Amino acid sequence: MFTLTPEELTAVLLSLKVAFVATLASLPFGVAVAWLLARKDFPGKALLDAVVHLPLIIPPVVTGYLLLLLFGKRGLFGGFLADTFGIVFAFRWTGAALACAVMGFPLLVRAIRLSMEAVDPKLEAAGRTLGAHPALVFLTVTLPLSLPGILAGIVLSFARAFGEFGATITFVSNIPGETQTLPTAIYSFIQVPDGDAMALRLTAISIAIAAVALILSELLARRSSKRLLG
Amino acid sequence: MTLEVDIAHDFGGFSLQAQFACAPGLTALFGRSGAGKTTLVNAIAGLLKPDRARITVNGRALVDSVAGIFVPPHRRRIGYVFQDARLFPHLSVRHNLLYGRFFARRHDEIGFDQIVDLLGIRHLLQRRPATLSGGEQQRVTIGRALLSRPELLLMDEPLAALDGARKEEILPYLERLRDELKLPIVYVSHAIPEVTRLADTVVLLSEGRVQAVGSVPELTGRLDLFPLTGRYEAGAVLQASLLRHEDRWGLSVLGCRAGEILVPQIAQPIGSSLRIRIRARDVTLALAPPVETSALNILRGTVSELKTGATDTAGPQIEVRLDCNGDALLARVTRLSAARLALTPGKTVYAMIKTVALDGGSLGRGTPRGTE
Repeated sequence: MFTLTPEELTAVLLSLKVAFVATLASLPFGVAVAWLLARKDFPGKALLDAVVHLPLIIPPVVTGYLLLLLFGKRGLFGGFLADTFGIVFAFRWTGAALACAVMGFPLLVRAIRLSMEAVDPKLEAAGRTLGAHPALVFLTVTLPLSLPGILAGIVLSFARAFGEFGATITFVSNIPGETQTLPTAIYSFIQVPDGDAMALRLTAISIAIAAVALILSELLARRSSKRLLG
Repeated sequence: MTLEVDIAHDFGGFSLQAQFACAPGLTALFGRSGAGKTTLVNAIAGLLKPDRARITVNGRALVDSVAGIFVPPHRRRIGYVFQDARLFPHLSVRHNLLYGRFFARRHDEIGFDQIVDLLGIRHLLQRRPATLSGGEQQRVTIGRALLSRPELLLMDEPLAALDGARKEEILPYLERLRDELKLPIVYVSHAIPEVTRLADTVVLLSEGRVQAVGSVPELTGRLDLFPLTGRYEAGAVLQASLLRHEDRWGLSVLGCRAGEILVPQIAQPIGSSLRIRIRARDVTLALAPPVETSALNILRGTVSELKTGATDTAGPQIEVRLDCNGDALLARVTRLSAARLALTPGKTVYAMIKTVALDGGSLGRGTPRGTE
């Protein structure tokens, strides 16, 4: 029987926690940014679009280093957040979640934006003539109709978070029990002699989790498209 | 209810400048494609912000560009039935219907059941919009707009996307809305038969300008508007009442000032008020009362006006307006015929109309409170 050692279990659970928190916390921002990009025209739209996509194209190490500069203990925001709200990112699992959220954000926004752009603005106009405030039209028409894209975005962003390595290890290092996620654990095992077997076990686990997530998302997508088509 | 519109709006080289007021009942905005009809109703609904405008409903300003008023669409209480139904695909028919009612926060007077029965959509309530036919979708859309308790209902070519049979399926429901709910309606159309059948008042739009405002018989009887109302469909509309049925022949007899007119049998009670549209191209003229003819309808009248085509010179046709005991009748004949018969104003003629030319599309229920 395939059993996990306590170290492995810690890494798996931490990875799941980091990925869930990263995805859920970035979802509202992702929806808001996707809506801005899909429905609004404003100066600086191209710039926002570029900034959102930046983590996708710059090396993850650079993203991690920038996070360290911004949210580290002596970082631009890090000190302020720690003193004012008691939120510390540096070398904590919350920092890993932040790094994963930033890395998954472009995928999240992209999927939601495409889906929102496909929602016919005429349906939103119809909602308004029926007496619904624009915010309520968004909640009752735009958002439900974008659901397939939102689900796709969640899955992509979760998968990205689950596999994130470069930015995480740069920003919050590789501390077992605190910031050591599945990929960084695999990396550690590869570094030590006789660690290959352990690394392989973790690799199998990460493949299994990814496969389950993919199947779940497929089922959800089917259900939501069935709901739309009756 | 009175709707007053005074609007000026420029977009993409097209300029709309229109001013009109709507009386209670059904007002048709009539004109060809590109006349500015949809722009106009979008401005009334608040979906478009016009350059300069003053739009009021019952004296309440919805738009006043001088005073800086622009009421957003969700606070206008104006229902809008779109040409392309626009039902919410993720909601069932029932929830589509309840959508507007929820936001109206007023559930009095018109009940859900009443609307559902009026439109005959009870059997569709559990279905998804994607599974409905075009005609069914359009009926649900109308119900959804009505349940939002509007003070005014806008309909933008609600029948344009439907085929002939589906149109006939919806028209009776529209007549019931007009007659039973007493809801003021602004109805956009470029189809003469619909306008003839439904409208109390017609606003004739052409190239962004209001060309004429009047009742259906008034506007259809005017020769000078022919180029705008369309030559092929042009014809006079007479107000008539149903006198009796000739069951043996499958005919009904209508009475109007011009005389009795036989039409294919219509399923309505004796005494019903009706409108009958007689297309100019279906009317034949003779100088003496014709004998031994297949045409059942022969009306006596005097020539009151003659008009050749739009250019007033060439063209083989000529339009003739007759005065048949107070009813205006239009006939289109060749110039050759007009010359042979020596038609001049004041001359007595006999107009022949084939009964079979007066089918369902030519008949409409006259409004009980009629504006004629």
